[in-house]
Amino acid sequence: MSSQLSSAAQFEELAMPLFDSLYNFAHWLTRNREEAEDLVQETYAKALKGFSTFQPGTNFRAWMFRILKNSFLTTRAGLARYKMISLSDDEQDLELPAATQTPETELLALRDRQAVRQAIEELPLHFQEVLLLCDVEEMSYQEIAEAISVPIGTVMSRLWRARRAVKQTLLNRTQKAKA
Amino acid sequence: MTCDAWSAKLDAYVDSELPAEQMEALHSHLRGCPSCTSQMAERLQLKRAIGIAGRQFSPSAELRRKVQKQVGKPQKVRWGWLVPAAVAAVLLLAIFFNLRIGNEAPPQFREIADLHVAALAGSNPVDVTSTDRHTVKPWYAGKLGFSPPVADYAAEGFALVGGRLDSVDGDPVAALVYRHDRHMIDVFVWPADSAASSSPARLALRGHNLLHWSFAGMNFWAISDLDASELAALQRLMSRARVM
Repeated sequence: MSSQLSSAAQFEELAMPLFDSLYNFAHWLTRNREEAEDLVQETYAKALKGFSTFQPGTNFRAWMFRILKNSFLTTRAGLARYKMISLSDDEQDLELPAATQTPETELLALRDRQAVRQAIEELPLHFQEVLLLCDVEEMSYQEIAEAISVPIGTVMSRLWRARRAVKQTLLNRTQKAKA
Repeated sequence: MTCDAWSAKLDAYVDSELPAEQMEALHSHLRGCPSCTSQMAERLQLKRAIGIAGRQFSPSAELRRKVQKQVGKPQKVRWGWLVPAAVAAVLLLAIFFNLRIGNEAPPQFREIADLHVAALAGSNPVDVTSTDRHTVKPWYAGKLGFSPPVADYAAEGFALVGGRLDSVDGDPVAALVYRHDRHMIDVFVWPADSAASSSPARLALRGHNLLHWSFAGMNFWAISDLDASELAALQRLMSRARVM
């Protein structure tokens, strides 16, 4: 009983501070409140059950996010979103029309939170997840690599492409609005 | 190293992913290279905008309750041995959280650092240029919901350059700009939740030193690449007396 108690207490202490972040990430993945809620509950249930397999000293946050992402992959919505990713996507740039803007208009677009959110939404899932983990969750490249089970070089290249795509989308939107 | 070579490292720089010696070397390069500084500021602004826009969804209280119940401790326990264990756990948690809170940087500090770097990268770091507090202070009237304390400390080595409007966590704030030798200092000011004063706390990020404190009902954040002890001298001047 005592080890059970300490294990549950330890899990609670480690896992509950991640609750808001996990929910935010789950909602981005599922694009739906109900599915996000189910996904978060499933993540906590699986993590608690498998907590004995978690290796102390390794990254707990990355472990939790990895469980969440893997759980999402088993849902119908997850399968549908990941099916859209081709193997060659990492080697190709996102297709975006070119635009020419001044730094001033670019700055204006960055201040439009709704526009930035939409630009993130338009990203393919494997770019979106890296961007969110880096810029919203402020994870290190190593943590992200562990959370989504890809090499660190892939994290860096996806991140670079994702940011470039968001920037380009914002520039195009600003240009269209001015036209 | 050429600008092209440094440019390839700017993403890792804004993500604080470069090794310490490269962070320092790139920081030194940025001081003397407006082109790379501009590129870096652009990346910082984009990262910050994504960070804000990406924190979009909040869980319901009901979900929190469900998950909390799901992961809660087992209920049937024998109190005899649990009481001393619980006391010990509470003490340990208190120590843990005190230490953690003490070491944890306030959430605004990255935003403050980003604003400072972006301002330095711009063509003009101030919206109103004046060494006269009687010019700078009235300039804020009608632009902010409060009146920031403004003073010139040129005699003590910290000359007022001017001021500008900025936004921290979505709220408008005053950014007072000072110069010490060749170093620019931004002091961000906005109303505090209480009138209580606090001692300055020190942080460092990407080669910049930050001090934050509360005084006379205002929050202050000073940031510069100045040495921390020199930045503290400005903090002491600004906390010397309420400047009206």
